[in-house]
Amino acid sequence: MAAVMTIEELRHGLSRRKHLDKLFVVVGLLILMSCLGLLALLFLDLVRDGASRFGWDFLTQFPSRKAERAGILSAWVGTSMIMLVTAVVSLPVGVAAGIYLEEYAPKNWFTGIIEINVTNLAGVPSIVYGLLALGLFVYQFGFGQSVLSAGLTLALLILPIIIVGTRESLRAVPKAIREAAYGLGATRWEVTKDHVLPYSTGGILTGLILGLSRAIGETAPIITIGALSFIAFLPGSPVTGEFPFLNWDWLWSEFTAMPIQIFNWVSRPDQAFQQNAAAAAAILLGMTLAMNAIAIYIRYRFRKKINW
Amino acid sequence: MNTSMNTTLAEKAATPTFSIAMEERKVAAASSAKAIAEKLDFWYGTNQALKNINLRIAENHVTALIGPSGCGKSTFLRCFNRMHDLQADTKYSGSIMLHPENINLVAKEVDPIEVRMRIGMVFQKPNPFPKTVFENVAYGLRLRGFSGRTELAERVEKALRAAAIWDEVKDRMNESALALSGGQMQRVCIARALATEPEILLFDEPTSALDPIATAKIEELITELRQRVTVLIVTHNMQQAARVSDFTAFMYLGELVEVDATAKIFTNPSKKATEDYITGRYG
Repeated sequence: MAAVMTIEELRHGLSRRKHLDKLFVVVGLLILMSCLGLLALLFLDLVRDGASRFGWDFLTQFPSRKAERAGILSAWVGTSMIMLVTAVVSLPVGVAAGIYLEEYAPKNWFTGIIEINVTNLAGVPSIVYGLLALGLFVYQFGFGQSVLSAGLTLALLILPIIIVGTRESLRAVPKAIREAAYGLGATRWEVTKDHVLPYSTGGILTGLILGLSRAIGETAPIITIGALSFIAFLPGSPVTGEFPFLNWDWLWSEFTAMPIQIFNWVSRPDQAFQQNAAAAAAILLGMTLAMNAIAIYIRYRFRKKINW
Repeated sequence: MNTSMNTTLAEKAATPTFSIAMEERKVAAASSAKAIAEKLDFWYGTNQALKNINLRIAENHVTALIGPSGCGKSTFLRCFNRMHDLQADTKYSGSIMLHPENINLVAKEVDPIEVRMRIGMVFQKPNPFPKTVFENVAYGLRLRGFSGRTELAERVEKALRAAAIWDEVKDRMNESALALSGGQMQRVCIARALATEPEILLFDEPTSALDPIATAKIEELITELRQRVTVLIVTHNMQQAARVSDFTAFMYLGELVEVDATAKIFTNPSKKATEDYITGRYG
């Protein structure tokens, strides 16, 4: 039987198609490399500009009018405390919301509206969260311009990320596993707490850390609620030497944060402060990358343990 | 006179044809019903998946449900432990009476969780929890409030022995059940269901994801299980139904066409549709 084309025609056509295949690989790699290269260049530039400032002193000194004596102590401590509040508030609320939407909510128009709004919240500009927080947390609730207000604001900001992340990892638990647990006589809550939730911990924690690494760089909302740019004291330590060993004063303390400090330094005319800003920015970027690395590690470890 | 007759009877009993006939009669007479489905209908939304099913499930026997894909055999099986209740918009009518208490398993006022605590299920694809072998088998017991270490360990061992997997996993109790082979996983799942000593054990095509050797082990296990539990099994494989079951029910298009002793269904079915199916004319 005669084929639709001769062997030569077939080979010619095939080699053309294979070229296209290779072309895509080349173009894709090129784009990818230029993105990564740009980021690396930025990072290296920051490191080079700030090189003279890196050192123990930079981390342990308060800001100062003299650039060479200024450090980021109050900034990174402030950022850490804000992140702590953000994580502690957003994780339980976000996970609970995700569980409700995924496991409990009936599929009706009301749930539909909630779902659409959760997705929309992720797209709300962060300054709007800042304005909301200024009115609600700072004035209405009287939390003032404090670590607590900042933490709550950023918690609101990353809540949609955590809810979406939680729902996705809950959904990844196979139906067969739920059926197995229900089949043994488990209630819905038992199925959730004994199976679905533990098996999706990796995904949930990944979502949390990605949310936090977004929050750590947010500047607009915390400026709105009134972060100070010059703080020469630390909030009280959360842990004390005396019973009951915990101290909550830090929650009410005024604060500054890394992005605020950077913003402040950048806006000064003195060249020496630009170096400080570069060094602080490099450290902030390093913190974000470290958090992402932790997220990747957690995901990897849980994937290895649970392989559906 | 009497003695000579006894001898002849004994001789006769030794011949295979006679003993099979005897066995069938014994089965039919001796078995009391564990559950009886009467006028059972079931709907997914507006789609009626089961139509007027009437079936008696003999206690401590294996009943097989056969029929072509989509005939409703799995749907019927899942009525026994109210799995359909997990899905929105499903509806039962009629009854499945569980003996001896005469509880209607599909009645609205009967708690599906209570039903599932009395009736175990083994699924098509082995679905162990990503936990240790021990925790898999112990889970049903933990739900029921067992927490003593020794008692749990004893019951877990008993269940694993009953599922013919003890020797293979006794040194691997603290390893993840996901590290086992497919056949071993399925037997751990059977042990998990057996641990709480269910009154009926439902099998939903338990070997369809397994290789022939693992399948043979599971089949052998099912035939042994009938001594302790009433078994209802859905299977795609007619040879399997013939090998493991005492009774076979043939379903077609949501209806129960015929039910009888397995030997009778496979040698001399009374309905034309049954005969066509088992001789491979469709399905």
